[in-house]
Amino acid sequence: MPTGYDSATVWIVIALAGVLTFAIRGSFIYLFGRIDDVPPAVESALEYVPAAVFAALVFPALLAPTGDLAVSVGNEKLIAGALAALAAWYTERVLATILVGMGALWVLRFVV
Amino acid sequence: MPTVSSDLLDGVRAAGPLQLGIAPFGLVAGVAAVEQGLSVTHALGFSSLVFAGASQLAMIELLGADAPLAIVVGTAVVINLRTMMYSASIAPYFRDLTARSKALASYLLTDQAYAVSIARYGRDGETDRFAYYVGAGASLWFVWQVTTVAGALLGSGLPPEWGFDFAAPLVFLALLVPTLKDRASGASCLVGGLVATGVVVAGVPFHLDIIVAAVVGVLAGLGVESLGGDA
Repeated sequence: MPTGYDSATVWIVIALAGVLTFAIRGSFIYLFGRIDDVPPAVESALEYVPAAVFAALVFPALLAPTGDLAVSVGNEKLIAGALAALAAWYTERVLATILVGMGALWVLRFVV
Repeated sequence: MPTVSSDLLDGVRAAGPLQLGIAPFGLVAGVAAVEQGLSVTHALGFSSLVFAGASQLAMIELLGADAPLAIVVGTAVVINLRTMMYSASIAPYFRDLTARSKALASYLLTDQAYAVSIARYGRDGETDRFAYYVGAGASLWFVWQVTTVAGALLGSGLPPEWGFDFAAPLVFLALLVPTLKDRASGASCLVGGLVATGVVVAGVPFHLDIIVAAVVGVLAGLGVESLGGDA
């Protein structure tokens, strides 16, 4: 679905996200020396951000690709995603994961 | 005695194998931008000003869904919080740099540049650490810019029935799997993923799924960790 936002608004979003991303990345690189240790509570919370965030980006796209829960063999994205998950597990490579997932989707869509 | 330029080239070389993952990811981010009605310049703007694959891909999808702008930016921040962990971990090696070099180091701080550099720093104290880091980070940056633009130029020509939009969750899947190191991170994944799905299916407005899932998922991970469920 093409966005309804105009070009200038998109640029503002890009600029704002750019500044905030830079601030996050620079946070401790700049602070170091002033605070020598990361607070342990912050450190252990940050440790779980990647798993939670990446799962939040993956699960809905596989379990509910159209916005409705679709846990069945008829859900081609769930099947293709499961096969891609196996590829990710065994190869730990982005390219292999994309190739297996897209390949499986095309086989299910155009061949089966 | 290692020289500055040889350490720089070492960094470029070390990042080489990771480019195989960056290149398709960049293509996907470029294709996604034009599929959501953004221009090639927007795609390049995302890649150069934000320079963070997962968050820029998620932002592009949220813009395509006309999500509120605060949610678009807030989601990007949540996705990029993990780089704060990298910033903390790599900061001791960069403490003597000038403010300008620190700015460059911060700008180039990606999952891949961090992983390559921290592995080397642990092994070898002789390396010019900043040169090595810039070699890895800047070469990753270059491939990212080129491939997102290539994807954006290619994107408008792709037939919709081929479902290239599915490549985005596949990239996230490839990033997700290596984060599953123990029971606690597994709990974060499962709870975060299911909560996000629940939020989407329930039709909660404003595309809050990633922000809510991140909070609940992190709490689940901390909960399992405090139960001593590590292993």
